[in-house]
Amino acid sequence: MTEINMKINIAGVEWNNPVVTASGTFGFGREYGEYIDLNKLGAICVKGLTLAPRQGNQPPRIAETPAGILNSVGLQNPGVKYFVEHEIPFLKKYTSKIIANISGNTVEEYCSMAELLSDSDVDLIEMNISCPNIKEGGVAFGTNARTVNSITREVKKHCKKALMVKLSPNVTDIKEIAKAAEDGGADALSLINTLLGMVIDINTRRPILANNVGGLSGPAIKPVAVRMVWQVASVVNIPIIGMGGIMTGEDAVEFLLAGASAVAVGTANLIDPTACMKVLEGLENYMYRNNIKDIKEIIGKVEIN
Amino acid sequence: MYKQNYLSKISYKKEIVPGIFDMRVVCKEIAQQAKPGQFLNIKCCEGLTAILRRPISICDIDTKNQEIRFIFQVKGNGTKLLALKKVGDNIDILGPLGNGYYINDQYTNPLLVGGGIGVFPLLMLIKSISSQNSTVYLGFKNKEMVVLEKDFHKVCSNLQIATDDGSYGHKGYVTQLMEKKLQKDPVDIVYACGPEPMLRLVNNTCKKYNIPCQISLEQRMGCGIGACLVCACKIKTTQDWEYKHVCKDGPVFWGNEVIFDD
Ligand SMILES: Cc1cc2nc3c(=O)[nH]c(=O)nc-3n(C[C@H](O)[C@H](O)[C@H](O)COP(=O)(O)OP(=O)(O)OC[C@H]3O[C@@H](n4cnc5c(N)ncnc54)[C@H](O)[C@@H]3O)c2cc1C
Ligand SMILES: Cc1cc2nc3c(=O)[nH]c(=O)nc-3n(C[C@H](O)[C@H](O)[C@H](O)COP(=O)(O)O)c2cc1C
Ligand code: FES
Repeated sequence: MTEINMKINIAGVEWNNPVVTASGTFGFGREYGEYIDLNKLGAICVKGLTLAPRQGNQPPRIAETPAGILNSVGLQNPGVKYFVEHEIPFLKKYTSKIIANISGNTVEEYCSMAELLSDSDVDLIEMNISCPNIKEGGVAFGTNARTVNSITREVKKHCKKALMVKLSPNVTDIKEIAKAAEDGGADALSLINTLLGMVIDINTRRPILANNVGGLSGPAIKPVAVRMVWQVASVVNIPIIGMGGIMTGEDAVEFLLAGASAVAVGTANLIDPTACMKVLEGLENYMYRNNIKDIKEIIGKVEIN
Repeated sequence: MYKQNYLSKISYKKEIVPGIFDMRVVCKEIAQQAKPGQFLNIKCCEGLTAILRRPISICDIDTKNQEIRFIFQVKGNGTKLLALKKVGDNIDILGPLGNGYYINDQYTNPLLVGGGIGVFPLLMLIKSISSQNSTVYLGFKNKEMVVLEKDFHKVCSNLQIATDDGSYGHKGYVTQLMEKKLQKDPVDIVYACGPEPMLRLVNNTCKKYNIPCQISLEQRMGCGIGACLVCACKIKTTQDWEYKHVCKDGPVFWGNEVIFDD
């Protein structure tokens, strides 16, 4: 069999392959480390961090939907300092790149976190301005092109690592937002975060989530995600990490063709703890089957009708 | 060696009362490791319907035949599909998961209290307890819904059943049986599993009589292994409280750690 090259480069950071975990679905890697060899991942993106620890929302925090799930975890996390001290040393043992995902209530909070992480061993910082599950901010920054531009610009000043901006799909024109982030100095983009949704129990007449609404993820959102990655790829020149409902290698290929340079696996982990490995194997099989020697050959190669 | 999910063959299936299925699957690895109070996270079907796994307690283990037994009630989509599976079919199971009940030979006089679908894990528990002096109280809605009576009888002589409507055994709640017993003879530990209102009562009763108790909590789950953080439950800390996770930190907790919201 011929050798295939899976290596990719995201904003100056070389990954062994394009498969990364989606923030919030993989903890800090410890649990899944018991099921898979974490060295085999291109990168590990950890649970969303905030400056101070957060307890998160009241349960129930999850509901099932047709081909998807709705979650309202509300960024339960031990805070960025704890992460730096207690989780990075664990992640450093593996060859996969480390991505810290950060959320804040104010621009200053984002900047402080970027500063703290700049002196740590993370490889990339993913700025989440698209979390639908906390009242104060997150998504408030991500749905307006002007604020996306200014927050990216500010955080960039405090950030010595490559900065990736995670986009919300809950917007009218994703291209405008993506361009605003690129103009603000983003080194990469990731999309999509979850779509705001709701599930009502018709017997109790109450929403299943204690938070009433939550973020929709899983295969149900895949076509929306592929479309958005394609639209964004057509207007920016920075690398894109595509995600939304990826369960198989074939799903991943779709995102790469649409223009993503890497693919994140989220909800699939919750269903199958080896999902990332299956996506990677499926991707490799697609390459062997189609005689593709370098993964970069298919990025953005969708042929539009 | 990495942990994994197992495709396990169904070796037995029976609808024991309307809507409740007794199922056994062959899985050497799970049968060898399982402890009472742990659970399985079961994929009810292939494909994208009922996409999440369903948490179901381990009811019993047959180490000789490498069989795991679980019993489930058909509630929604997933359990409905699981009930359609036939003997010989394979199902995808992740487990054993979570922390089971704390068993210690120092407890010579334990009391087990179960309600509804919460009675299932108590079968493996009672079989794992060495004391011959255990008491078991099981509560059900009505006579028709009484399950596992024979199985418990085989391993425990102090078994009492309660039904909400009095159509079988004691009329009322298991916690009334519990209260009556504790008034005259104390036990050294209470193990409980059942609906939340029952667990609250068990917890309060144990507090009143100053008896340690272990209760098994339920919450909607995703991963089942502690990564997605959806299955939160309120647990006391020295200062205040924090959200722990039923799948990884539980499902069994000490009663005095748990905070039930009003
Ligand atoms: C640790 C643990 C052990 C359990 N053991 C048993 C058992 O031995 N026997 C048994 O019959 N039931 C048990 N349950 C409850 C069982 O998990 C639910 O009844 C089942 O998940 C419902 O799925 P469904 O497809 O019927 O319902 P649906 O309404 O289609 O389920 C939709 C989603 O909600 C979740 N969900 C719905 N109700 C519950 C619930 N009460 N608890 C947790 N998740 C829920 C489902 O898992 C699924 O993700 C246990 C639950 C937990 C947490
Ligand atoms: C349980 C859960 C928790 C999540 N937590 C975060 C988070 O903390 N930060 C973040 O940027 N995205 C979070 N997400 C969104 C995912 O990273 C991803 O963008 C989204 O789920 C779409 O991918 P998927 O369909 O493969 O899951 C979370 C998603 C889920 C399902
Ligand atoms: S179900 Fe994922 S943390 Fe408990």
